[in-house]
Amino acid sequence: MSDMVGVLALQGDFAKHLESLKRLRVSAKPVRWPEELDRCRGLILPGGESTTFVNLLKKSGLYESIIAFAIDRAVMGTCAGLIALSTAIVNDRMKTLGLIDLEVERNAYGRQVDSFFDTVRIPMFKEKPDFEGVFIRAPRILSFGNDVEELGYHDSQVVMAKNRRVLVCTFHPELTRDTRIHQYFVESMVEHQ
Amino acid sequence: MQMFKFDKNHKLKIGLAEMLKGGVIMDVTTADQAKIAEDAGAVAVMALERIPADIRAQGGVARMSSPAMIKEIMDRVTIPVMAKCRIGHFAEAQILQSIGVDFIDESEVLTPADDQFHVDKWAFKVPFVCGCRDLGEALRRIAEGAAMIRTKGEAGTGNIIEAVRHMRGVQAGIREVKTLGSEELVIRAKEMGVPVDQLVYIQKRGKLPVPNFAAGGVATPADASLMMQLGAESIFVGSGIFKSDDPENRARAIVMATTNYDNPDIVAKASESLKSAMHGLEISEIPESEIMQHRGW
Repeated sequence: MSDMVGVLALQGDFAKHLESLKRLRVSAKPVRWPEELDRCRGLILPGGESTTFVNLLKKSGLYESIIAFAIDRAVMGTCAGLIALSTAIVNDRMKTLGLIDLEVERNAYGRQVDSFFDTVRIPMFKEKPDFEGVFIRAPRILSFGNDVEELGYHDSQVVMAKNRRVLVCTFHPELTRDTRIHQYFVESMVEHQ
Repeated sequence: MQMFKFDKNHKLKIGLAEMLKGGVIMDVTTADQAKIAEDAGAVAVMALERIPADIRAQGGVARMSSPAMIKEIMDRVTIPVMAKCRIGHFAEAQILQSIGVDFIDESEVLTPADDQFHVDKWAFKVPFVCGCRDLGEALRRIAEGAAMIRTKGEAGTGNIIEAVRHMRGVQAGIREVKTLGSEELVIRAKEMGVPVDQLVYIQKRGKLPVPNFAAGGVATPADASLMMQLGAESIFVGSGIFKSDDPENRARAIVMATTNYDNPDIVAKASESLKSAMHGLEISEIPESEIMQHRGW
């Protein structure tokens, strides 16, 4: 795997995503400006603070560039990255990127003392569907559009989903050593487009 | 007290610290200020009744802020809310955990409650950040369970020199440990007053086992850029924002400079439109008894 995957590096745990990609031997680089997207075939929006992301995306010009990027290339988002990619946030008028038809609730499980580890079930990983989910002040997907496919569950709650170009998780695969989700993104979405 | 280990509870604590990287954490005293900070792009706010510059000016015993005031701020913003407890005051920390703050700063800015011991931070589910002046102090706090370390600097002065000294102290300490032979580690740990396993970790990884942020004296976009270039992973701004003439613009400018700390063109542009920074204090003019960084053991 030698595709260049960009990791949005305005703020948050982008270094952890770069580590996951390095473990998979995928060439990757941090992205802070629109022109840095040019050589990328895929882009990851990391965990962090979604309000800060959207603010900085608008100031750097990346907001429009990412929307254009996603027309023919793959994008992944975890936690705050998911919020930034979704179409609507409950009780908030923040203008998100709207690249995947989801309505999300921020900090839906509570505050930091309510953050938790628990098993996520991802049926498409047939040999071992269990994945260690790290939920930190995590959002919840309240509803999603017809073109959105459910990929992972915590209890009965959808915590991982995708459409044709965008993959999202409410938890943080980059904080574990398990690289299967990153591998799926690169092999099935970045390389097949 | 537990042995240092990356168990699940500790991973969740460090995980939140990871989410705050590359960002700015701002001191606020009201819900309105918290909203201004959030809109300006802060990744978290520190809720406190008096910012360090005012604690310095007014004197008296500085304690944990009122839970009612902290809750009001928690209700107003969606970003994480931090609050300070006094050094060693585990009952204040219990109260802060009970009301649901996202991070506790066991801070030298408040009047210490214990002149020998810090809080056993392993006993809490909420993560702690602690100040340090050098590697030894950082590792003692990490041994007690801190999930984030910051420089102490000299809070409320708007003078960056002490934060620079402390960040350089930590970095120099890390470089020195990396040069040690394995037979030297036990005695070096004894001299530094830290657990040996922490030094083993530093030798293997070349960095602290938790994120390392800068605090204490940041007043300008250039200060933020300087601290990031010296190795800080995020910036705390205390008095620097709401003691300046244009808090909103200054908050935005410091966020911009932190994100783009290695791009002088952007830092220059962020600095251009600002009015006066806080007046600031020369460290040598502060009476010895009012120096905050000496608090902590």
